[in-house]
Amino acid sequence: MILKKCLATLALAMTLTGGASAAEPVKVGLILALTGPFGAYGKQIEHGVELYLKTNGDTFGGRKVQLVIKDDSPGTAGDVSKRLAQELVVQDKVDILAGFTLTPSAFAVAPVATEAKKPMIVMNAATSAITTKSPYIVRTSMTLPQNTAPMASWAAKNGIKKVFILVADYGPGYDAEGQFKKTFEAAGGQIVGDVRAPVKNPDYGPFLERIKDSKPDAVFLFLPPGAGTIAFMKGFEERGLDKAGIKMIATGDLTDEEILDSIGDQALGMITSFHYSEAHKSPENAAFTTAYHKAYPDDRPDFMSVAGYDGMHLIAAVLDKTHGSTDADAFVAAAKGMKWVSPRGPISIDPDTRDIVQDIYIRKVEKVGGKLQNVEFDHVSAVKDPGKQ
Amino acid sequence: MTVLFDGIASGLLLFLISVGLSVTLGLMNFVNLAHGAFAMLGGYVCVVLLNRYGVPFLATLPIAMIVSALAGVVLERTLYRRLYGAPHLDQVLFSIGLVFMSISTANYFFGDHQQPLHLPPMLSGQFHVAGADIGAYRLFLIVVGLVLAGGLQWLVTGTKFGASLRAAVDNPRIARGLGIDVDRVFVVTFALGSALAALGGALGIEMLGLDPEFPITYIVYFLIVVAVGGSGNIKGSLIASLILGICDVEGKYYVPQIGAFVIYLVMVVTLIFRPQGLFGRMAAK
Amino acid sequence: MTRRDASRWHPAEYAFWALPIVAYFVFPDHLALLAQIAIAALFAVSLDLILGYAGIVSLGHAAFFGIGAYAAGLLAQAGWGDPVLGLACATLAAAVTGFATSFLVLRGADLTRLMVTLGVASMLYVLANKLTDITGGLDGLQGVEMKPIFGQFAFDLYGKTAYVYCTIILFVMFWIARRVVHSPFGLSLQGIRQNAVRMPALGTPVNARLVAVYTLGAAYAGIAGALLTQTTQFVSIDVFSFSRSAEVLLILVLGGIGSLYGGILGAVVFMTVHEYLSGIDPLYWQFWLGLLLIVVVLFARGGIMGTLRLASKVRA
Repeated sequence: MILKKCLATLALAMTLTGGASAAEPVKVGLILALTGPFGAYGKQIEHGVELYLKTNGDTFGGRKVQLVIKDDSPGTAGDVSKRLAQELVVQDKVDILAGFTLTPSAFAVAPVATEAKKPMIVMNAATSAITTKSPYIVRTSMTLPQNTAPMASWAAKNGIKKVFILVADYGPGYDAEGQFKKTFEAAGGQIVGDVRAPVKNPDYGPFLERIKDSKPDAVFLFLPPGAGTIAFMKGFEERGLDKAGIKMIATGDLTDEEILDSIGDQALGMITSFHYSEAHKSPENAAFTTAYHKAYPDDRPDFMSVAGYDGMHLIAAVLDKTHGSTDADAFVAAAKGMKWVSPRGPISIDPDTRDIVQDIYIRKVEKVGGKLQNVEFDHVSAVKDPGKQ
Repeated sequence: MTVLFDGIASGLLLFLISVGLSVTLGLMNFVNLAHGAFAMLGGYVCVVLLNRYGVPFLATLPIAMIVSALAGVVLERTLYRRLYGAPHLDQVLFSIGLVFMSISTANYFFGDHQQPLHLPPMLSGQFHVAGADIGAYRLFLIVVGLVLAGGLQWLVTGTKFGASLRAAVDNPRIARGLGIDVDRVFVVTFALGSALAALGGALGIEMLGLDPEFPITYIVYFLIVVAVGGSGNIKGSLIASLILGICDVEGKYYVPQIGAFVIYLVMVVTLIFRPQGLFGRMAAK
Repeated sequence: MTRRDASRWHPAEYAFWALPIVAYFVFPDHLALLAQIAIAALFAVSLDLILGYAGIVSLGHAAFFGIGAYAAGLLAQAGWGDPVLGLACATLAAAVTGFATSFLVLRGADLTRLMVTLGVASMLYVLANKLTDITGGLDGLQGVEMKPIFGQFAFDLYGKTAYVYCTIILFVMFWIARRVVHSPFGLSLQGIRQNAVRMPALGTPVNARLVAVYTLGAAYAGIAGALLTQTTQFVSIDVFSFSRSAEVLLILVLGGIGSLYGGILGAVVFMTVHEYLSGIDPLYWQFWLGLLLIVVVLFARGGIMGTLRLASKVRA
């Protein structure tokens, strides 16, 4: 009886993704957190990838692109991501690994890419060191320091002398904190306070009180987007910090288009630095956003969908260049130094680090046609990742 | 002063989101981990009425409670009642199953993003009293929480219904013999628990946010309050919430380095010295 | 079936343990998944020792899993990448932690124990997150490089070594656990679970037994954690998470508590169904998993093992 039950479950296991052996299509294994707390991120990346294939056709360098999508939720468990990557390589025989919502997922999979010799396209995970973990990694999203440094130098140049730093108490928070401090102090600014708030934090009241008591010109924020950000901003207004003349500055993931509507009018006037805004003015972005709204009327395009879109563009462009070869060395060689104009603006792949080089914009939250938007008013050209310099 | 006030408000928020669980877990002795799912239902009802149909915030609260109570009654009649006598672990498995289903369902209908909530001007902003900054919404939470705690305490200890409920939980067979309609008492109590969960969910959006992961994200907080307060005790839950809230807020203000530890530390220490919770009945097994 | 028979191996058990060997040849492409099933199974067995045999419910068993995972990871990162040495150290670290925290769970009802264990695991999670310099924090512990097992068998992309390694460890640990629960020690534990008040009258030191079995369960969980680190060569902070504690409890209850096999069957079924559902419906698989759990509770009391037992009784 035990035996029978086991055979039944094993048979079930056998029906998992029967491998198609036709060698012609290029298989791209997409590992994303599609459920759980980071499900919204994965969904946006998936939208970007699919939108690219929808608008640009799915055949490049003479080969059709076929997606194999896996959910590695919660996205913080490297063991799950790594196993899925192994399965994609061994069972599904994918040619390219892509996706990677969060850093642990990218770190855990990097050795698989190296060992299996598969190109690995990182479409979100933003810790600086990721690209150093395998020679086959190319990143099309951003790095944290890349967005943080311009914010700090802009603040120092624009009359902000004293800053209070509040970051979430985890790795990415420390990175943002470190980079901001470094750049801001080098530019002559002063840090008057520094707090690390627990990641899961239902109440920012006590921290807001501390900020208020230390009277800075601005508070620099780094929090995981979501309920925490919203609670913070509501508290910021409720406690009158805005009326006390304190500005809020942050990297743009905090005013991500996806959550901007949930924050509401409290976000108005907030200044952020980032590489993509839905309101970016360019013909490429106009085409992208129009296509996006048509395909996904319930959502708004944001930096994650753009990273997915550009990741797919990179794959397409490389396939065209290599005439359909996905050999990891050839792929990475072709990707290095590649330049194109993305919906976010001009971008390129740094030939030395395989990381993305892009313009970082300084934006302010404003109402445009009744919708909250990050309106760009200043920018720094071709920013390389300062984390690797 | 402001910090103390915030602590009290934070404590009452904890009380409001977990009082429904003190009813189902504490009074009915059902390990209802799906408590957060009912809270989430209340939250979504509130948000949808407010944003799509323009119903005033305060008017959405009773509607949210009624909808959730009805859902509670349906589930109690069809599923929950089958598990009243079952081992706690079966109840855990069952209610976690419900949580999973509720997460997917919420995601399907409302998407996975945070729901926006805009309070009426009456409840937002801050005013100054005696050197402290008092947030209007927090004051509102405190008032609602205290009124609710008083009412429930009276309902459980001072009314005939409360007496029937305690009898029905302690010994359903004898209670039946005494002419108590045990089935009805349980349905009504479960509906009450669900309604309270919904109220907590709706009131909590402003500070906790609302997305499909809500039942999982805050499950630990609900359980901590009930465990520290002692099951089957409204007063215990209230005092536990206050202690936890005040310790949490003060801890974060004065020693932010250990902010995240505080709430767990308070819980573990309390439970080591008082395994039944602060006001637990010994029989809660 | 009398108690005396229970310690002897039933023919079905031999057949059961032949299955992992069959699986190796039948599913050569799924070995990575199978290895993780074996790890989950060992983790569930460790919980069964304390829950099924001593009656201590825990919502924080990931504490020991995580300690084992980090111990093995830090050791390998420091250059001692021998897997067997790693296992030994992880076992020791987890056992020490288990011993130290066992005194917290001696008293109290189910809910109290659930929350105390949960509190301990949560604090370890916060601690691992704080000590970013040592643990890598949320980004995870990197640079975990494992040497080949006995200098011979390197971990490969297909998961062959990982699978064989995990399965052998699972079997050995299972065999030891089986001996333990059928020993007088194991029987005294069952006595404590059934009636803790009377056992001292039989001369059984209740608290000492509970401490011992809690430490043993923790050590087992540590081994499972170490296996996960070694086969994935990475440690994410998720090893301490609430969801990991809750998942192992689900697996065990699904499989059926108090039989050791329940945990293993639960792991096989849960992980396979999870993988299958999230493969066909990556967005809404949780719905179907939830439905399955509810159906199991309503119609298959006692989990898979309970149902199997019932079925064999009906037939007999």
